Amino acid sequence: MKIKDNLGNYVFVLPALVIFTIFYIIPFLWVFQLGMFDWDGISPAKIFVGLENFKEIFILDKSWWQAMRNAIYITLIALTFQNTLAFLLALACNRQMKLKDWYRTIFFIPPILSEIVVGLAWKFIINDVEGANLINRMLITFGFPQLVHRWLYEPKIALTTVAFIHSWKGFGFAFLIFLAGLKIIPKELYEAAYVDGANAWSVFRRITLPLMMPVIGLVAILTILGTMQAFVLIISLVGGEMAGHTSVPVLRILAAMRGSSRFGYACAEGITFGMILVALSFLQLKLLKRIRAA
Amino acid sequence: MITYYTLKKTTINFLIHLFLLSVAITCLYPILWMVLASLKTQETIFSSLSLIPRQFHFENYLKAWQEGGFGRFFLNSVFYTLCVVIFIVFISSLAAYAFSRLKFFGRNFLFIIFLAAMMIPIPGSFVALYVLLNKIHLRNHPLGYILCMINVGLSMSIYLLKTFFDKIPQELEDAARIDGCSKIGLWWHLALPLAKPALAVVVIFNALNVWNEYILALIIFDSRKFMPLQVALKSFEGEFVTNYPLLMSGLTITAVPIIIIYLLMQKYMVKGITAGTILG
Repeated sequence: MKIKDNLGNYVFVLPALVIFTIFYIIPFLWVFQLGMFDWDGISPAKIFVGLENFKEIFILDKSWWQAMRNAIYITLIALTFQNTLAFLLALACNRQMKLKDWYRTIFFIPPILSEIVVGLAWKFIINDVEGANLINRMLITFGFPQLVHRWLYEPKIALTTVAFIHSWKGFGFAFLIFLAGLKIIPKELYEAAYVDGANAWSVFRRITLPLMMPVIGLVAILTILGTMQAFVLIISLVGGEMAGHTSVPVLRILAAMRGSSRFGYACAEGITFGMILVALSFLQLKLLKRIRAA
Repeated sequence: MITYYTLKKTTINFLIHLFLLSVAITCLYPILWMVLASLKTQETIFSSLSLIPRQFHFENYLKAWQEGGFGRFFLNSVFYTLCVVIFIVFISSLAAYAFSRLKFFGRNFLFIIFLAAMMIPIPGSFVALYVLLNKIHLRNHPLGYILCMINVGLSMSIYLLKTFFDKIPQELEDAARIDGCSKIGLWWHLALPLAKPALAVVVIFNALNVWNEYILALIIFDSRKFMPLQVALKSFEGEFVTNYPLLMSGLTITAVPIIIIYLLMQKYMVKGITAGTILG
């Protein structure tokens, strides 16, 4: 009776388990298997090459590391510019003020749009048609004609443009987490500090900032994980890797798979990149524990 | 002295509002531009640089819907979104209920596996999914895409619902059981109705995920007739790069439903999106 009862309970998890096994566990294991083969994705013959793919990634493949550098570059801009902006906005919104909810609503609109929509809309706004580029027109109006650029077509600038549009899409999300973090700080702490005669700056430095450190760390890691893997925005803004100038690791994986039909190599790249990201996720877990403990 | 302080305070408040307002405008302006450009003509879209079009060309939408094929792509996206969300609600709530309330061998182990799947990023998992769907002959087939997307949202949904079910008092369940309610009955009549707020979050989170998904749809579908909006938009942009008003109409058709749902269901939407990362 007990065992039969026990078996009956499996029926509840069975559908989830079947889908999860077929579409997560099996592909997951395959990635590790395929990473050690040379395979074009179609032919029945897979050639076992051991760790050759990884050797190639680490030693020979300059374009992979260029892609990694590009991703780090975008991530650094998101970490500094996007998150500072989000933090300042959260501080501003955390004061008792009118219109607070309106601002919150508006800041969260870009994050709900898809990267394709955001990319194509921005591509249109900063298009290449003479005199119709919004940003350039503003620069000319305000007297900086020397700063006019073809924002998405100049190899040296395109990646920076991508990073800032990524920040435009992402800051609302960071803002929301910061705001939630600020709300947790007990009001009594501030009151006590002001009673003791502390000024706004020292309250910020001695209370707000230290108590927000775990949240800032969490947002930083979420930003790193999200931005390192971002690539759809690049596809929609500049169309692809732009001869390496805007390539990122996931675009390299996609190119290995679709461009050069090297499925094994694509999987090896996926594993390499995944390992780096998993290390960062563990940091995230640690931070979450600290936030919960606080 | 008082006037000095009030002056200082007003100035600070003014500057803060100015800061917030300028960022808010930066958020809205591109979207507004996109919507209004969709009402211009190809001739005026670059020549007249005013935000508001002189004449509103609503026929662009008819053109995009029919000639651009966006009617078809829109319905595709709606279909995928509905299918994935409905299946996820059933499958994940059943599993979450079992993880929360029922005893079976390996329960904790299985739950941890699901959790781990949520935490471990596998960039390039689309390579393996492509191979898998080829093997089981579901590539370039709506079912293949739907199953993949169900899996994408499954772990998160199970986690969200399980934490919610954990909070339902045991006494409620005991009372229902004494009245002769079966396990399936408890799930359907008790747990699901009580979990409505959590289900709303699950629905929104997954709906947005499917609606905005690009890469899997790109590699799974070869046929135009199966394409969802995101893939269609990108391919439209590649083919008819000159027809900006039509492209802007397509973008608006894709973005506006999401924005409207967001404005109506803000609370759940914000929770749904943040849930994916700060775990409830």
